Amino acid sequence: MDTMRERFASVVSRLLDEDPRLAVVLAEIGADGFRRAAGRHPDRVVNVGIREQLLVGVGGGLALTGMRPVLHTFASFLVERPFEQLKLDFGHQGTGGVLVSAGGSYDWPAGGFTHMAPGDVALLDTLDGWTVHVPGHPDEAETLLRRACAGGAGGNGGGDGNGEDRVYVRLSAQTNARPRPVTGEGFLTVRRGGHGAPAVVAVGPLLDPVLEAVRGLDATVLYAATVRPFDAAALRAAVAGPGAPEVVLVEPYLAGTSTAAAAEALADVPHRILGLGTARAELRRYGTAAEHLAAHGLDPRSLRERITSFTARAAV
Amino acid sequence: MTTATPPHTPAPRSPENLGFEALPALMSLMTGDEKHDAAATSTLDALWVLYDRVLRVRPDRPGDPGRDRFLLSKGHGPMAYYAVLAARGFFPADWLPGFGSYESPLGHHPDRTLVPGVEIGSGSLGHGLPLAVGTALGLRARRPAGPRVWVLVGDAELDEGSNHEAIDFAGAAGLDGLHTLVIDNSSASHPPPGGIASRFTAAGWSALTVDGRDHEALYAAYTRPHPGRPHAVVARVEPKHA
Repeated sequence: MDTMRERFASVVSRLLDEDPRLAVVLAEIGADGFRRAAGRHPDRVVNVGIREQLLVGVGGGLALTGMRPVLHTFASFLVERPFEQLKLDFGHQGTGGVLVSAGGSYDWPAGGFTHMAPGDVALLDTLDGWTVHVPGHPDEAETLLRRACAGGAGGNGGGDGNGEDRVYVRLSAQTNARPRPVTGEGFLTVRRGGHGAPAVVAVGPLLDPVLEAVRGLDATVLYAATVRPFDAAALRAAVAGPGAPEVVLVEPYLAGTSTAAAAEALADVPHRILGLGTARAELRRYGTAAEHLAAHGLDPRSLRERITSFTARAAV
Repeated sequence: MTTATPPHTPAPRSPENLGFEALPALMSLMTGDEKHDAAATSTLDALWVLYDRVLRVRPDRPGDPGRDRFLLSKGHGPMAYYAVLAARGFFPADWLPGFGSYESPLGHHPDRTLVPGVEIGSGSLGHGLPLAVGTALGLRARRPAGPRVWVLVGDAELDEGSNHEAIDFAGAAGLDGLHTLVIDNSSASHPPPGGIASRFTAAGWSALTVDGRDHEALYAAYTRPHPGRPHAVVARVEPKHA
C-alpha cells in the first residue's frame, strides 16, 4: 500500500491532466513526487523554493485568476509559519484553495518539535470557512483530495476568484488498517452502543486505537475523517437518550481542539466532554510514532483507561 | 512569453472621465483639506499615468478576464488610488465623502470585495507582490501573452521579507508579465545598500529609476520592453520626512 503522500502525488498529477484550472504550488518539499507532472504542465506545477510566505501568496494570486491552487508542504510550514498569508491571501480576498499538509503532529518524531504541527487545526479554527479533512487511510485521502480539487467551481473561470471553497487536507503517515466509506461530509457511525451510551468521536488515523480501546465497552464510536464543518447533528443523534450525554473526542492533534464545537452541538442539554489529543507541553523526545502516541496517552491501553475513568462505566 | 511590450490600448475616456487636474478636488472630498502634503500624493502621478495611458482596464467591465491587473499592495493612504478610480469611472465620485465611514465601501485600506476595480484587499504590508507573482503565473497558464500584472509597493514596504521571496523567485522564473512600481519617498529606516533598483536587477529583473512626478518619464519607464524578465519602476518622490 502506498502512503497518503504518495497517493496525493499520483492522484493530483492525474487531475492536472484532466483539469486545466488546477495548479500545484510547492516549496521544495514534495517536489520529487510531481517531477513528471511538472514536465507535462510546467505552468501549473510551480516550485517556489524554500519560501513559504510566497507559497501561500502565489496560491492566493492563482486563485484570483480563477485557478484552483493546491499548496503542499509540512503542516508546520504550511499553516503555522505563513498563517497571516492564509488569513489574508485567501480569506480576506474572498477566494479559495486546497492546502495539503504532511507530517502532522508526530509523523517524524526523530525530527523533533520543529517538524510537528499539533496546533494546525486549532489555528484554522480561528478563520472562517475552512473545511478540514483528516483522512485515516490512503484510499480516504484520495476521495477527499478529489473532492477538494473539484471544489470552488462556482467561480467565473478567469475573473475574480474561484469561489470561497477553502479546504485543508491533513495527510499522515499514521493509518488505520482499512478504509472507511468517507464522502467528505459528516461523521460515520462505525459502532453503535446502547441507548444512552457514551459517544467517542475518533478522528482520522486514531480510529483503530479507539476501536481497540473500547472493545467490550458500551460505547458508540463516530468516525470523523472530516472534522470541519463539525457534524453536530451526528453527535446529537449519537448521544440521544436518558441522562446527560457523555462525549469523548480523540484527535491526532492538540487536545481539546474540537471541544468547543462539541459543546456548541450540545448547548441545550447538560453534558460532559473529554477532549483527548496531543499534549500542549513540548515532549522534547525523539524516538518513534508509537512512543509518541503512548506519551500523549493515545495508544489503546491509555485511551481505554482515560475513557473508562471519565465515564465510570465498567467493562461488560 | 512576450518578447516586447505590446501596444497599449487603454479605454477611451468617457464624458464622465475626469483628467489629472481633477484629482486634488476628488481627494479633498475624502480628506476635507484643500491641499495635500507630499505623503498623501506620493502615488498620485504614478497611478494616474498607469491608469490613463498603460493599463488595459475598463470601468464598464471590471471583471473582464482579459484585463490587466493592478494590485495596490501599499494599502495605506489610498486616497490618491480612490481618486484615480473615481476619475476613471470605476465608481461614482459621490462615494468619496463617506471615506472610512461605516456605510462606505471605501476604507482606509481597500477591500476588493467592496470596490469595483480594486483587485486585492491590502493594508498588511508585504502581501501584494507575492499575490502578483501568483496572478502573473495564473494568467500565463490560462492566457499566454495576455494580461499584464502591475503591483504598487512602497519603499519601506520592501523591508518585509515576503517581498524578497517574491522578487528572487520572479526573477529566476523570468516572469515577464509582472511589473512592480515602487513609490520611493525615502521612508525606510534601513534602506537596502546600493539602492532599490539594484535589489531588483540583482535578482534578474529589468529596473529603472525615474522622477515620480514626471509623467513622460514614468510613461517611458512603464513601457520599456523587458523581454524574458519582470520589470520594476522605482518612482522617486519627495522624502516623507523632509
